[in-house]
Amino acid sequence: MTTYVAHDASAFAPPAEVEEVELYHPKTFIGKYIWSQDAKVIAIQYAITAIGIGLVALVLSWLMRLQLGFPNTFSFIDPSNYLQFVTMHGMIMVIYLLTALFLGGFGNYLIPLMVGARDMVFPYVNMVSYWVYLFAVLLLVASFFVPGGPTGAGWTLYPPQAILQGTPGASWGILLMLVSLAFFIVGFTMGGLNYVVTVLQARTRGMTLMRMPLTVWGIFTATILALLAFPALLVSAIMMTLDVTLGTSFFMPAIVSMGQQLDHAGGSPVLFQHLFWFFGHPEVYIVALPAFGIVSDLISVHSRKNIFGYRMMVWAIVIIGGLSFVVWAHHMYVSGMNPYFGFFFATTTLIIAVPTALKVYNWVLTLWHGNIRLNVPMLFAIGFIFTFINGGLTGLFLGNVTVDVPLSDTMFVVAHFHMVMAIAPILVVFGAIYHWYPKITGRMLNDTMGKFHFWVTFVGSYAIYYPMHYLGFAGVPRRYYAITGTDLIPASAHSVNVAITIAALIVGAVQVVFLYNLIWSYFKGKPSGGNPWGATTLEWQTPDTPPKHGNFGATLPVVYRWAYDYSVPGAAEDFIPQNVPPAHS
Amino acid sequence: MSLLHQLMAKPWVADQIKVDDLYAGGASSGLAKKLALRVFLAVVAVLFMLLVIAYGRRMAYEDWRPSPQLGLLWANTFALILSSVALQWAQFSARRGQMDGMRVGLLAGGAFTVVFLIGQITAWRQLATMVYFDVTNPAIAFFYLITGVHGLHLLGGLVAWGRTAAKAWGDFDVADIRQSVELCTLYWHFLLLVWLILFGLLFMGNNLDILLKLCGIG
Repeated sequence: MTTYVAHDASAFAPPAEVEEVELYHPKTFIGKYIWSQDAKVIAIQYAITAIGIGLVALVLSWLMRLQLGFPNTFSFIDPSNYLQFVTMHGMIMVIYLLTALFLGGFGNYLIPLMVGARDMVFPYVNMVSYWVYLFAVLLLVASFFVPGGPTGAGWTLYPPQAILQGTPGASWGILLMLVSLAFFIVGFTMGGLNYVVTVLQARTRGMTLMRMPLTVWGIFTATILALLAFPALLVSAIMMTLDVTLGTSFFMPAIVSMGQQLDHAGGSPVLFQHLFWFFGHPEVYIVALPAFGIVSDLISVHSRKNIFGYRMMVWAIVIIGGLSFVVWAHHMYVSGMNPYFGFFFATTTLIIAVPTALKVYNWVLTLWHGNIRLNVPMLFAIGFIFTFINGGLTGLFLGNVTVDVPLSDTMFVVAHFHMVMAIAPILVVFGAIYHWYPKITGRMLNDTMGKFHFWVTFVGSYAIYYPMHYLGFAGVPRRYYAITGTDLIPASAHSVNVAITIAALIVGAVQVVFLYNLIWSYFKGKPSGGNPWGATTLEWQTPDTPPKHGNFGATLPVVYRWAYDYSVPGAAEDFIPQNVPPAHS
Repeated sequence: MSLLHQLMAKPWVADQIKVDDLYAGGASSGLAKKLALRVFLAVVAVLFMLLVIAYGRRMAYEDWRPSPQLGLLWANTFALILSSVALQWAQFSARRGQMDGMRVGLLAGGAFTVVFLIGQITAWRQLATMVYFDVTNPAIAFFYLITGVHGLHLLGGLVAWGRTAAKAWGDFDVADIRQSVELCTLYWHFLLLVWLILFGLLFMGNNLDILLKLCGIG
């Protein structure tokens, strides 16, 4: 009997030598783990920093919820504090946690391993990228300690109010925020150049672009988006810094503030909004595309089935990336625009639903008739699909101008974007950590704690954000310190707010279980072996677990197949790694 | 193979597997540097494009007050062109193995760049002493901002140029130095192009109509 493999093996080209690269070999502990040029160590540095600052943002969200659920109870939360919490929570979560974790963390760890490279192409630049990021984080943290505290302008930092006296942090906080963002962008650009060039130039023999796992496609496309979108934020940050420090009027119109005519004249606040959202909308996909890629791989591995419609999935990622640059003004429907302009942006926004829905169908079809293993990474992946559909559908509401206008600046918007770009990607982050932790440490994360963490987080998130949609319908505005003393808001809204706050406190607290699991399993977890999930991609085929400096031992792997040879009929096992040569009949 | 062509590939099909197995893998580090520079230039291009669009949008408002013309900018432009020409000469010489010619070209390129930067600072000072000077005038603020950002990019380029020059006067590998010179030259040509666009569109008389058309507003 002949062994059937996934493809015709007759014309199999013998492997040529893979060009070796010279690696920098550190000698000291500091060289290995502090000033490290190894992408895997840099990834962990990024991840720890991002999660650390993310925990600060989590506590800030608790404080906000405490105020909303129990107004007039906490004397240490005044309206200024509240706005500062809102602002810092948003900015940290979107940029300093999610962007840094997906691209700096997962990008650094997975790109070289998954494409079969020894390291990033420019390891030194990669190292500098992390340290600049850390500096940006420290500047941000510093703003908590300066006179006036951090900025309270909202994460969108709209001028003129962002820099007017009366807005919290208008003297120091806003400056530190802008400078920190500028440093973040410089640091990211260094990392981003690395990711793009490594994917394009450092793939191992046989690893064509269309053989790459979707994780790499997601991170790669998101990096290109980020490289092209962040300059808009950089430009607006520089211009606003000059408005604050030198008194220019890029964004500041002639304005009377606190009874005094200011020196500013002739600036355009709407210009800032355009620049900000030219960055801000792609930013949604900078976070979403890596999540799409990673979740595709998790679903395929844990349902023991090739991803449905691989090629479509790649195209969808690329098309979503392209479209994300022509929808930005749907964030500005209420800023006063030509109706035709709004029509254009509503149309492009709704068009994005097509490739996105296609991805959702393909995930579901991958699960269809799969040999589904409901382990923790898979639970998180499936949780992501539900959450993303929910958040995506409310996005269709808000994409339409006529529906958006009454819902604008209500809690409906808050519920929508938390579902689609906070809960959904963070579920993927958790799934990915449960999935790759065995490769990073050599030990499995504890399953019981993992399942507990999943169910409380998943159900709890719905307890927070489902009712919030109704608050939005009822007209509860966002960013309000308190909504007492008005007949507009029904009393039941307050009961809902109490329930949401309790759910938020529980969901936040359960993350301690996750952190404890990370530490406990590092020492006491079950040894995982090199490939505990039976996955095909190259990072699971390394000679050492965790992979050593240089990733693949003496010789680089040679790739003979795509990343999704699961349950191939006739094959001995239900997966065939990418570097297994085709068997001859 | 074009990117579009690659995106059409079906990696699970037997015929495609034969093609894919022939992919030779990682390219040389030289190509990686060149690609990295190109990607970086794309990022810089977006940065300046956004600045130009912002300028154009602001210009469309009724209260726009144009910035006074500075004759010195013509001389600066000439210096920057010379620096690009000199680096082109350095690249030409390096490719032919004429190391003395390369050194002369490098040195001249750096020198003209410094002349350009000093010229720009002088222009800043000229503008600051004029009666028109008003920091809240967007045209003037944009002038400082855009020339400043452009100058900073040239300063960054001078760091790379300094490293190349240090190599050129020390021990060097011919292929290595040739590549460094090529990368510098590409960067300088790019920044010259950016400057010519900025100068032509924004700082050389009133090109509002062209600019508005480019921004799709007019």
